[in-house]
Amino acid sequence: MKRTVFFAPFIGFIALVAILYAGFHLNDPSHLPSALVGKSFPPFQLDELSSGKVLERQSLLGKIRLVNVWATWCPTCLHEHATLMDIRRATGISIVGINYRDNSEKARRWLSLYGDPYDFTIVDATGDLGVELGVYGAPETFIVDADGIIRFRHVGDVNDRNWNRELLPILESLTDG
Amino acid sequence: MPNVESFDATFGMLWSVGPEVGHLAAIVGFVAAIILSGLGHLGAATRRRNWVENSGSFAVLQLVALVVAFILLVHAFLVDDYSVVYVATNSNALLPWYYKVSAVWGAHEGSFLLWTLIMAMWTFAVAIAGRRLPYQMYGRVLGTLGLLNTGFLLFLLQTSNPFLRLVPNVPTVGADLNPLLQDFGLIVHPPLLYTGYVGFSVAFAFGVAGLISGRLDATWARWARPWTNVAWAFLTVGITLGSWWAYYELGWGGWWFWDPVENASFMPWLAGTALIHSLAVTEKRSAFRSWTVLLSILTFSLCLLGAFIVRSGVLTSVHAFAVDPERGVFLLVLLGITVGGSLALYAIRVPAIRSRIAYMGLSRELFLLINNVLFVVAVAVVFVGTLYPLAYEAVTGGDKISVGPPYFNRLFVPLMGLLAVFLALVPVARWKRTPIRLFRQVGLLLLVSMLAGGVFFVIAILSDRVLNTSSIVGVVIAVTLALWLLLSHTADFIQRKGARPFGYLGMLLAHVGFAIGAVGVAITTVFSHETEVRLSPGDTVELNAREYQFTSVTTVNGPNYVAQRAKFDVGDISLYPEKRTYLARNSVMTEAGIDAGFFKDLYIALGEPLPDGSWGVRIQEKVLVRWVWCGGLLVCFGGLLAVMDGRYRRLALRRGGLASAVKVT
Repeated sequence: MKRTVFFAPFIGFIALVAILYAGFHLNDPSHLPSALVGKSFPPFQLDELSSGKVLERQSLLGKIRLVNVWATWCPTCLHEHATLMDIRRATGISIVGINYRDNSEKARRWLSLYGDPYDFTIVDATGDLGVELGVYGAPETFIVDADGIIRFRHVGDVNDRNWNRELLPILESLTDG
Repeated sequence: MPNVESFDATFGMLWSVGPEVGHLAAIVGFVAAIILSGLGHLGAATRRRNWVENSGSFAVLQLVALVVAFILLVHAFLVDDYSVVYVATNSNALLPWYYKVSAVWGAHEGSFLLWTLIMAMWTFAVAIAGRRLPYQMYGRVLGTLGLLNTGFLLFLLQTSNPFLRLVPNVPTVGADLNPLLQDFGLIVHPPLLYTGYVGFSVAFAFGVAGLISGRLDATWARWARPWTNVAWAFLTVGITLGSWWAYYELGWGGWWFWDPVENASFMPWLAGTALIHSLAVTEKRSAFRSWTVLLSILTFSLCLLGAFIVRSGVLTSVHAFAVDPERGVFLLVLLGITVGGSLALYAIRVPAIRSRIAYMGLSRELFLLINNVLFVVAVAVVFVGTLYPLAYEAVTGGDKISVGPPYFNRLFVPLMGLLAVFLALVPVARWKRTPIRLFRQVGLLLLVSMLAGGVFFVIAILSDRVLNTSSIVGVVIAVTLALWLLLSHTADFIQRKGARPFGYLGMLLAHVGFAIGAVGVAITTVFSHETEVRLSPGDTVELNAREYQFTSVTTVNGPNYVAQRAKFDVGDISLYPEKRTYLARNSVMTEAGIDAGFFKDLYIALGEPLPDGSWGVRIQEKVLVRWVWCGGLLVCFGGLLAVMDGRYRRLALRRGGLASAVKVT
């Protein structure tokens, strides 16, 4: 037994390489079925970024919404921001921001600098709502229907490619049905 | 500047084919590295002492060849030889001469040539200073270093040749060096960082040689230790300088961004820190042997991983070099062979090495084990946070995700807090078993520190209403622990009976450096002030009871840029932040105006000019920010001081090696 212990690092390394190699040949993991899909958006009670008024789960109801988790420390979010602005302009869909573990003052400055695509922004300074949503990085985007049910979860930036291929068809199927 | 022109007249013919000679010299270095690895390893394996003895001359040849190659590349930059692609894309006639020199390592090809040159320097140093090692160990260490540089030089020659010509259509102007890199920081940062990175190859080579020889005892650790310390000290100062450079050059006033490239250098540093402590146990107690050698492999593997991250084009960043898939694949193969090969060797050879059980009571061994566990966990934290976004992007075919400071801070800061607790107890800990009574004094010092921390807490609460309580609590904990560490180390220094060797002093200095750096990090994060305002010349703005008057903006011509230079009067000093437009690339850079001080920095960066003549201005008061780098430098000096310990020299004289007449087999 003692001898085999020393193979552990080698085996670990081989496993790491194998996982990485296999990973490159796997499909998009942002498709990984999220446990949240089909579930109700978790309840919360948090401030709105610019008005300061308290938001709740109720505030999301009544419309199909894109709920976008973002932060100023997240360079990918900056990259994504322009796409969100375009989407908002082109489709008029309601986008709600969750400002995730961020400094609110910086967040407000960011929105005034780059434009604000959000109907409103939920301030999740401690990341508690993020934990409820299973967020493990930013950005992430959820499609939430008018009844507050999460219909889709996209991990990583929304860009033209995945917008046209994935998110838009789902939105269209929701409005049709 | 040396007068290159008169040189040119004399050696015109020679210089005109300089790049070709440089290329040839790199090939000579490559061949020397092959012969070096062959003579070293085969000589040791077949007990041919004269082969090993002669391998040293190929280490010299390798160094000479690469120095020649490097000088010829520097020359090509100095004379603006734009027929060389690398020069044309990274230099410009308007650059001051010192930036022409540093532009040599401003991009991938040249910086990798520097990497191989530094590798040759380390090899040469081992070849000279290691002459007293038993010849088989000497041969295997040099042979392993030779093998590594064979791989690196093959990579250079195959995928990253800096000497390639661009004929017949030679450009008449160079594309210029990236303006971000036209700075003192770039002149010194990469060479120091590479010296650290590459230096860990020596610890790795000792590990591999020890595994092959079946010799990983206390003497082996004593041979490997100084080399590891020096590499670690260079990496420390390299990272510190990088942080300082980011602070004043990027214009955000931040000093650490958890950027993948920063992490790439930070991971080997963390692993190297574990290694130098584990080596101490192996040297003093003959324990942790298999663990120490595993750490030496891990540390160098992380250096290679860092090189892969920066040079394969898997990420875009200030630091990232030009993208070429061939390079990424080549480096990955090199990484796979080195790491896979050495870990396989480890698995096969380590069971044969007799290990000694360490005393695991309340002992110094236990403390060093805890140190190792904390640092290895820290490596894992940074590793996951750094590679997850890269892997994610690769797997999804381009979707990006950021794992930002919240992740790193949440996991890393508590780890460092825990580390500080054990650091403070270090002076009391004894080998084998620590008498409980020794903890009495250090407990008392903890009480004193907590009292001071409490006072600090009250003052902080009273003086500043803006802050939230949780961040103040964080600072108070950091300051308390740092003070405790400082007191316990000072007390030990005063009370110590007998000699205070350099090894001991180095330890003290490095630990104190950690405490000072930690205080700097905590205080500057929480107590700094910042504002972003629109100002027109003549306007005044107040920040933390200090008036900043924006007096004027003037246009200034630099050697290769035009700048808008603002003047700010703050009390009786003036600051001059600039917005520079570099002509060759027409790119705009921010040059912050900084009034540096031991207790605080005043930091002004110009944003965008607005149509009405006003400017976006970011003003910051960074409290104790210098302490962060001051701490880093102390840690580095501590590492270097420890190397000067007399026992390494005494050892060299006692052991029979190549240079002595004693036959050792």
